[in-house]
Order: sequence, then structure tokens, then C-alpha cells
Amino acid sequence: MTAPLSAVNDFVVKFANVNGSGSASANSMFAKSVLRMGVPVAVRNIFPSNIQGLPTWFEVRVTGEGHLGRRGGVDMMVAMNPQTWDRDVAEIEPGGYLFYDSTKPMPASKFREDITVVGVPLTAICNAAYTVARERQLFKNIIYVGALAALLGIELEVIEQLLAEQFEGRERLIKANVDALHMGRDWVRDNMAPLGLQVRRADAVGDRIFIEGNQAAGLGAVYGGATVCAWYPITPSTSLAEAFTSYCQELRVDPESGKANFAIVQAEDEIASIGMVIGAGWNGARAFTATSGPGVSLMTEFIGLSYFAEIPAVIFDVQRGGPSTGMPTRTQQADLIGAAYASHGDTKHPMLLPMDPGECFTFGALAFDLADRLQTTVFVMLDLDMGMNEWLTEPFKWDDSRRIDRGKVMSHEELEAGRDFGRYLDVDGDGIPYRTYPGVHPTRGGYFTRGTSRNPYARYSEEGSVYVDNVQRLLRKFETAKSIVPAPELRPASGPTRDGVIYYGSTGPAMHEALGLFERQGRRLDALRIRAFPFSSEVDDFLASHDRIFVVEQNRDAQLRTLLMAENGGDPDRLVPILHFDGTPITARFIVSSISSLMDATQPPGSRPLREAAE
Amino acid sequence: MTYIAKPKLHHPALAPNGLGYLRRDYEGSVSTLCAGCGHDSISAAIIQAAYELDLPPHRVAKLSGIGCSSKTPDYFLGNSHGFNTVHGRMPSVLTGANLANRELIYLGVSGDGDSASIGLGQFAHAIRRGVNMTYIVENNGVYGLTKGQFSATSDRGSKSKKGVVNHDAAIDMVSLALQLGASFVARSFSGDKAQLVPLIKAALRHPGPAFIDTLSPCVQFNNHAGSTKSYDYVREHNEAVNRLDVIADRKPIEVDYEPGTTVSVTQHDGSVLSLHKLADHYDPTDRIAAMAYLAQRQAAGEIVTGLLYVDPEPGDLHGALGTTDRPLNSLSDAELVPGQAALDRINAGLR
Repeated sequence: MTAPLSAVNDFVVKFANVNGSGSASANSMFAKSVLRMGVPVAVRNIFPSNIQGLPTWFEVRVTGEGHLGRRGGVDMMVAMNPQTWDRDVAEIEPGGYLFYDSTKPMPASKFREDITVVGVPLTAICNAAYTVARERQLFKNIIYVGALAALLGIELEVIEQLLAEQFEGRERLIKANVDALHMGRDWVRDNMAPLGLQVRRADAVGDRIFIEGNQAAGLGAVYGGATVCAWYPITPSTSLAEAFTSYCQELRVDPESGKANFAIVQAEDEIASIGMVIGAGWNGARAFTATSGPGVSLMTEFIGLSYFAEIPAVIFDVQRGGPSTGMPTRTQQADLIGAAYASHGDTKHPMLLPMDPGECFTFGALAFDLADRLQTTVFVMLDLDMGMNEWLTEPFKWDDSRRIDRGKVMSHEELEAGRDFGRYLDVDGDGIPYRTYPGVHPTRGGYFTRGTSRNPYARYSEEGSVYVDNVQRLLRKFETAKSIVPAPELRPASGPTRDGVIYYGSTGPAMHEALGLFERQGRRLDALRIRAFPFSSEVDDFLASHDRIFVVEQNRDAQLRTLLMAENGGDPDRLVPILHFDGTPITARFIVSSISSLMDATQPPGSRPLREAAE
Repeated sequence: MTYIAKPKLHHPALAPNGLGYLRRDYEGSVSTLCAGCGHDSISAAIIQAAYELDLPPHRVAKLSGIGCSSKTPDYFLGNSHGFNTVHGRMPSVLTGANLANRELIYLGVSGDGDSASIGLGQFAHAIRRGVNMTYIVENNGVYGLTKGQFSATSDRGSKSKKGVVNHDAAIDMVSLALQLGASFVARSFSGDKAQLVPLIKAALRHPGPAFIDTLSPCVQFNNHAGSTKSYDYVREHNEAVNRLDVIADRKPIEVDYEPGTTVSVTQHDGSVLSLHKLADHYDPTDRIAAMAYLAQRQAAGEIVTGLLYVDPEPGDLHGALGTTDRPLNSLSDAELVPGQAALDRINAGLR
């Protein structure tokens, strides 16, 4: 007989529900109550592409040490969905706990011997207290939250406070919810003892905030000065445009006139969305769209126009499982190559790779400065995991002395003073020409924008040398981009090593946890978190100073590794792909086991004796 | 498209307009279209309209898609910013540009392939969204640049230059525009400058989505017997419902028509459209009647031209969105970036 698991502030609870049953807000309240007790949580919503009736799961990792990646494994299953009962029960770790509604008796064969079964007659409690069907369903969720609080040592006052905040001013609703909460708590108190898994008040959350990446990116777009948003609904990006909308309504309505200092259009498709963004960018407004892989596929012709005609645009790509419709409600990092080289002909585009909602905000704002500075499309690559799950992140900060960088725009005064204007003329040697906003001057600065080849003064030309000069200048501009996009972040190992690991995006939290585990195992790995494409010189240095580099990604084809090889001459023999692409977020357990087994099995290719650290 | 600029020389006796600009100041590069192309006549009509309206040339933004017609913005209003976008997608680019700066005048130029085939969706949605623009389709019923394929506006039964008969139904863009809520709908003919110039002037002054379907024969690929978009065919079947004069401000209208044959429509900006009725009982402010009349005449094989519908008090997209009166591209940092104080509040709500 396996002993029941025993842990304080370090376990995983998974809720199995039917979607559309109202469980999401109850589950979210459970997670937030742990946070309010000063204990970090990492939550993940696992949901189907469906509105009502299909299985949905909500995973809460209670993590006193603050590991924000998914851990893997389930210590306690709250099994509220008969459809998925068997697989849910099977997923519980040996010694773990099964919480279920014991109103209807279940045959013994439906349980496991190596787990602790906790039956609470939720339906019976509900039916005794409520008569309306919808009430029975909704309050059942609150009742199980009350029961779980009693079982896991969560302070009931904390949940009561959350209810009071959620239903502020609606006293009857607050009371009804608190009553339901107490029903669950009371039943457990009268019939059971607390479990081996316990939440204990701590001070490990600090002033961090709990927010979805999409919401953070939408707020970032407000701070980045975006005024035009054109979008088309697509999972998992929809909540980004919706967040931008609600933040604009809160922060961008002119107090005197009551009019909007923004324009948001839900377009007829993704092609029109990016068309509007490009029209607005051409005309000097900061504009963006939010989409996912299928949308980027549709936008590619326009993205090429933005590249070649040099028009600023920002695209938030909240990546989901591809290809085609793929797994629309699962996470992946599989749009990297598609975005980097989107469109026909020789094209490439800068990408920002945020790790968490904090960077979704900062990169979300920065993208607009970069797009104006580089006069091209800039991608911000989120994914479903960080985009649609609330993550714990540092509070947002803004430097009030920061000014919007609109890049090289020639003004009416400069034109009037007779300054030479060539729309595609490289006057500074950085590949970035000057532009003018339409309507700036009656006789100077006007030009014809086109996706066809033209000379530095924007006049049509199919002359080979003129074309070559222009596309070479675009390469110079891409070189310039390397020095102004966010630099990678290095986490050196505790001592010198020729082994390294490269990672990016939502892999961050799981990787940081894995790096701690590697150190404990005595494995040294220098870690480089790439934050943008094109790759800056720090990436070249890292490639040159390691004999073996594990490149950890959440896609099948090792897309970042391909970019490292294609753009920076990375040696394929030294770049070892570590790939997780089943649609669930990557875990520290996966990273550690994959890399450890490779390190145990092989010597690094071309390994040389260690030299002391360069400094 | 061309890089040949027109010589700046002009006749000293040419009259400047109210802003002091000559007609020449509204011209562009030398056209590279075929000699006799209807599109060049439309470019000339646009130049004439802008000149007569005293428009500051740089305050017009001209946008187009891809195709023969979409090349033409290079050939007029040379001091305006122009944007030759991608095939069939000019309406979305124009919409975005308009959102960025509502103070410019937006002129979209497109063709029947660009707007009725690949771009039908974007055409429809820009119209139904109420974008304040003048949208001219230079309609020749044929793909010129790729040498003579039928377009979606080719009439069923019409014959291509190679003798192929079109078996697909034609899309009538005027009927579509009426149905989708365009607040100014006209049809004209590139060969009738007297009719076309006032229509373009009225459209440019119209503060809502204004659509002009302009039949514009393709001399190279669609001007033969059996075509329904040739000069001869259009001249023979043209049924103009009215003749238009545009009076920029509220000045008395000089009526030299028979009493009872003139209607006046005052647009929101004060410009007066004085319409001389050629068809009895035709009321250009009655959208439903206009649709019915068009359908009747079309069935009789006639091409109805003139100002077919105008709503003197149209709304537009900015009105629907409640956007600020100032151009969005001119807002200051202080108006755009809420700062740390607002972030502190937001942070506090996320714990």
C-alpha cells in the first residue's frame, strides 16, 4: 500500500469539469485564494474547441518555491466529469488523492487502491439547499471550493474576501456564495480530517500580479501608443484584442469630449485586418492586429508588402497547435519559421519572443517603437500557454520620461527647408530611409508607395542594379535590427562548461526550474534565453563558446534551431534539439529527463578540453 | 507605371483655381496605358474635378489595388501620397489609412477584376462599414494586364475578343453598393466627361462612402462587336437618369431647365447637387426605388447612368466608432500613454 502523499505548499491539484458548467470562476477563485495566502501558484486551463458539454481541465500547481512552469503529474484530482473519470483517475500519482461527488455510489472497480478517495456528497448537499437547476449547478462549484478549502487548509476568510470583491455591491449574491462555501466546509469539518496536502500561509508572492499574457500584451499596445487595432476573432488571440478594447475604454477616452483616442475594427477576415493595419501604419498611426498561425498564413501577401514597401505594422501571433486547424486550444511554438520568413520572395521579419505576461507587456509596447524605427512588420510571438493562462509576474512598470520613438519621419519644416527626400534613400548607412506622412506638404515629400521595385526616390524601376541595391539595403536594415531588438538573457552555470542550452518564450519557467535541478544533479549548463529575432551578437558568442547546445522548443521541427543554423551559421552537429509538441505546456520534468539521458548517453560532439572562463 | 515626369511647362494664359493652382498642378506622371484607354479619360476627369473643387492636392490620399486601373493613381495628383497596394485589398488599406487621419480626402481607384473578383469581399465590407471615401471602379469587363480574360462584371452572353462566350452571370457593382449601404452611388462612362466630372466632384465632397461605377472600354481587349463594354455598345445603350451640377457652397442655383425638371440635394458640407432629371419621376434620394428602377432597365438591356442615389446626411465609420475629431496620427504622447499612475491602479487590481 502506497503511503498517502504528504506535502506543504508543493503539490498539483487538477479539476476535471464539463465546460459551460460555471466551474471556471470557482476554480480560478480556488487558485487565487492560495495566492492570497502568499503561496505562488501556476495555473493552466486545458480546454476543448467547444462552448458547452466537452471536457475541460484546470490545473493548479501550488508552489511555495515559485516554480511557474507546469510540473506534470497530478497529486489530487477533483473529478467532476463522469465522461473523463477513468483517465482522470489513472492520471493521479501513486499515493495521491481523488476528490469526487459521492452522492451516487460508484463500483469499487472505478477506484484505485494506491490512492486516497475523498467522497463528498455534493449533489445531495446541493439538492437539499436549492431547487432551481442552474443554482444547483453553479453553487455545486462553490460548495466543492469550500470542501477543498477545509481539506487543504485554505483560510475561508480569504475566499470570502475574494467573493466580496468579485460581487462588490451585490450583497445578496455575496451572501448566497458564502453560504454555499460554508456548506462544503461544514460537511468536511463534520465528516473528515484534513489531507496530507496542505497550504500554509507564506510570504512568497510579494507584490507580483496575476494576469494572462494576452491581457498584458493588450495593455502593452496601449502603452506603446497604438491607436488602430484591426482584428478577426481566432483562438487563442481573441482576448488580446478584447483586452486592448477594454483598456482603451478605460484609459483612452478623451475626458472632455468623451471621444475615443483609438479606433478598433473587427474586420471581415485576417487579410482585411492586416490591410487596415498597413493602411494606418502608412498614414502614421500605430496599428496592430492579433491573430494566430492560420491568420498569419492568410496575411502573408500583405506582410511582404510591409517588408518591401517599408510600412510599420505589429502582429501579435498567439501560437496554437498547427498545422492547419491543428489543435486550436493547445499550445505550441510552431509559427517561428512561418513568421520569420512570411511571404513570397526574399523576406524576413523581426520577432519578439516574450517569456511571460511581464514581457508581453514590455514587448507589446516596444514592438511599436521597433516597427516605426525599422519601418517593417514586427511580430510579437506569444503562445496559448502564456496568452490564455493567468501567470504570476512582476508588477508592470513604466518610465514616465520615456517618449514614443516614431523613427525617421521627415517633417513639414524639414521639407520646407529644402532637405532632400528620397523615400528609399539610405542617408545614414543603417539601411533605414526617411518617410513622410501623407498630406505633410503641398509640393514636397509626396511619393507613390508600391510593392513593385523602385529607385531610392520611389520611382518605378525594373533595373537589375536598382533592385539589387534596394534589397541589399533591406539586409543592412535587418543588421541594424540586431542591435536594437531585446538582447538575450544569459544564465551562466555555477562553473565553466562547454554545454549550453538555448530556450525562449513560455518554456522559460519550466527551464528555470530545470536549471536548478541540473545544478543539484551536478550538471553544468549555461543557459541563454533568446528574446528576439534577428539574433544579436551575444547569440553568436554563445554558439561559439559551447561544444554542445540543447535547443529546447515546443514544436516538432526544431524551428529556432533552424533559424540559428540558417541565420547565424549554427553547427547542426552541436545544436541538439529537445522538442515537446503534444500541445501541453512543457515541464521541467520533461526537460531534465530528455537532456539528462542524452548527456549520460553521449559525449558532446567535437568536445575539447575545458578552458577556464574567458574572464 | 512610369517614371517619366511630365514637363512642367504650361501655357501662361491658363487660369489658376481658387487656391492658385493650375490644372497642371493636379496632373501626375505620363500614362503608360494603351492609347485610347478609357482609364486615361477617367484620370483626366479626376484632375479636372480636383482642380475645379480647389482641393489642396496634397490633402488627397489616392489608393489602388492591382491592374491597369490601379496603375492610374500615378497619372494624376502627383503631389498627393499614393499607395498601390495588393490585388483586391485596396479597401482595407484605405479603411486603415482613413482611421489614422480622418482629415484627408480618400480616393480609391480600382478595376472590375480588383473589386468584383478577387476583392469583392473587401469592396463589400468597406461599403457596409461606411468608410468616408470616393471609390471609383474603372469597369471594362476584362483583365487587361493578363490579356483579355473575362472579369466578374462581364455580362452573360458577351463575347471575348477571341470569340469565347461568357456563361457566368455578371456582378452589378452599383446594385451591390446600393444594397450594402453606400450613401452615394453613381454610374458613368469614361467617354462622357460632361457627366463624369460633376459626379466625381460630388463624390469627393460627399462625407460618406461614395461609389462610382465607371464604364471604361478596353481598346485592346474589349472593344469589339459582341462586347457589352465597348464604346459603341455603351453609347447605344446608355440611359442617363439625370445631369448633375455641383455647386460648392449655398449659392443660388442657376436653373436653365424647364421648371419641375430639376431637383436639388444639399449635402452635409453645404455643397448643393443640382440634378436635371432626364428620366421622369426618378428620385435620387429613394434607395429602394433606385434599386427597382435599375433592375427594370437592366432587364431591358439598358445601362443606367447618372447620380443614382444620394443620402444627404450620411454617417461614416468614425461616427460609428466615436473617434476623436483630430487625426489619430497626430495625438501626443500624453494623450496616448497613460503612465505609471494608471499602471499602479491596474497592478493593484491584479493581486
